[in-house]
Amino acid sequence: MPTFSTDEVARVAALARIDLEPAELERLAGELEVIVHAVERVSEAVGDDTPATSHPIPLANVFREDVVEPSLPAQDALAAAPASEDGRFLVPQILGED
Amino acid sequence: MSDATLTRQTAGDLAALLQAGEVSSVDVTQAHLDRIRDVDGAVHAFLHVSDAEALATARAVDARRATGERLHGLAGVPIAVKDIVVTKGQPTTAGSRILEGWVPPYDATLVERLRAAGLPILGKTNLDEFAMGSSTEHSGYGPTRNPWDLDRIPGGSGGGSAAAVAAYEAPLAIGTDTGGSIRQPAAVTGTVGVKPTYGGVSRYGLIALASSLDQAGPVSRTVLDSALLHEVIGGHDPRDSTSLPEPLPDVVRAAHHGDVAGLRVGVVRELTGDGYQSGVRASFEAAVALLAEAGAEIVDVSCPSFDYALAAYYLILPAEASSNLAKFDGMRFGLRVEPAEGPITAERVMAATRGAGFGDEAKRRIILGTYALSAGYYDAYYGSAQKVRTLIQRDFAAAFAKADVLVSPTAPTTAFRLGEKLADPLAMYLNDVATIPANLAGIPGMSLPSGLSDDGLPVGFQILAPARADDRLYRVGGVLEAALIERWGGPVLSAAPELEVTTR
Repeated sequence: MPTFSTDEVARVAALARIDLEPAELERLAGELEVIVHAVERVSEAVGDDTPATSHPIPLANVFREDVVEPSLPAQDALAAAPASEDGRFLVPQILGED
Repeated sequence: MSDATLTRQTAGDLAALLQAGEVSSVDVTQAHLDRIRDVDGAVHAFLHVSDAEALATARAVDARRATGERLHGLAGVPIAVKDIVVTKGQPTTAGSRILEGWVPPYDATLVERLRAAGLPILGKTNLDEFAMGSSTEHSGYGPTRNPWDLDRIPGGSGGGSAAAVAAYEAPLAIGTDTGGSIRQPAAVTGTVGVKPTYGGVSRYGLIALASSLDQAGPVSRTVLDSALLHEVIGGHDPRDSTSLPEPLPDVVRAAHHGDVAGLRVGVVRELTGDGYQSGVRASFEAAVALLAEAGAEIVDVSCPSFDYALAAYYLILPAEASSNLAKFDGMRFGLRVEPAEGPITAERVMAATRGAGFGDEAKRRIILGTYALSAGYYDAYYGSAQKVRTLIQRDFAAAFAKADVLVSPTAPTTAFRLGEKLADPLAMYLNDVATIPANLAGIPGMSLPSGLSDDGLPVGFQILAPARADDRLYRVGGVLEAALIERWGGPVLSAAPELEVTTR
């Protein structure tokens, strides 16, 4: 098992889009090391021939009739937005400077 | 009838008093609001109290009843709702600072059903952030305290709902259970909680933690009250693709059944023994003996792969949570934080928002889940965990071939002290060892009090049944509860110390 360095925590936190303080990186590295060590034993319990289960109850996909139903009014959907303009969510720039 | 008398009634008894016209819903609702005012400063079960709205619902129910209109049996009986279930017009935070002040634009299906049945919603109850925790200490708004001992945890994640019911602040509450968040709080507060079969209660409008595990259910002081509430919220919902199409079994009738003669009760070998406090084991064994006296056949069953359940759960849950919580990105609702320096791009705003808005446990689990799903680790971690899930389902299938229900202690210990396990996440996770297998297999489970441990704190007794056989929980729970009341001369909860009345 790879040990959890603060660099590794920083790499995964970046993937998860979470800014962490240096002290948090340090603490999480130690905690995740212990937790991953405890949970990695799942691999010893199963063989290649064990099927995976993603869902507790077998299900078929469910479709409804393709008819228009009332939806949330735009103003309700926007009511809790951090910022909005002209009936749309207003977000920071998506593309980089270059 | 005095406030104090009203708040001690069961939901079923309140319903009867309301139907007979002996009390009004306004009286009942006000009595509970008064009780919240008096004790919730100490208990902190509620994040938000909806006085005006609850009383308006109560007045409307009283007016309709006065015209002779036929109402739902529980109409006018107030309820508390866990703050991870969205309520139109009432704030919903999921216990997270990232959603502070958010007012949802729609109701969860189960909330629609509560409103349609005429249950006044008293307010929203505290929880571990996004339901991640076993003590309610991971709430972004401070912990809830156990009414039995204010220095101890009320369980989690639904400590608020369990404490509200245990402290007589509400006769009924809604919980959600992803790995034990209804049952473990019930166990440590001396109350009753039921996790229905996966898909038995709509998940539409629950803020998703782990979509393949989450299930909402009733929290109450008696088995019958849970059945009455289960009936209100259960049943098919076309807005939840995982909602079971079959009608709910007759859980109320099962709670009244009163007989377990010939029923096979399986004691799960892996969910007792050394890891369980001796006082917990003694209470559990005494309860099993009561079921045997009532005519149940006690059998020994073994579920060897349960040994891996906790490990599989703490891979599957973080993996699903890391995906579900990606929507908290500061774009459409909730907190938005801009980085202190550098360009203000969407990506950097997301990271700053999530860094500031999520608490320690949410960060820990999102990062663990992201790690488990990342390239190079997926097969060994997430892939293996899903295979363990198959093994656990097979163990249950074999056990239910030998027994009609399975039983165990709900939690390995009674309520521990606030702060005791905060520095050790793994020790906190171990509280869920007996409740997690049911979520992994989608089967229903109940916790009801079996008595007190040698430390004077309540012990939870867990009953598990096959998928779609939720009625068996109520049948067995009803018989055990009646036997215990006869032995004790009253419910276990009546042994709890009186809370000091302080105005919040």
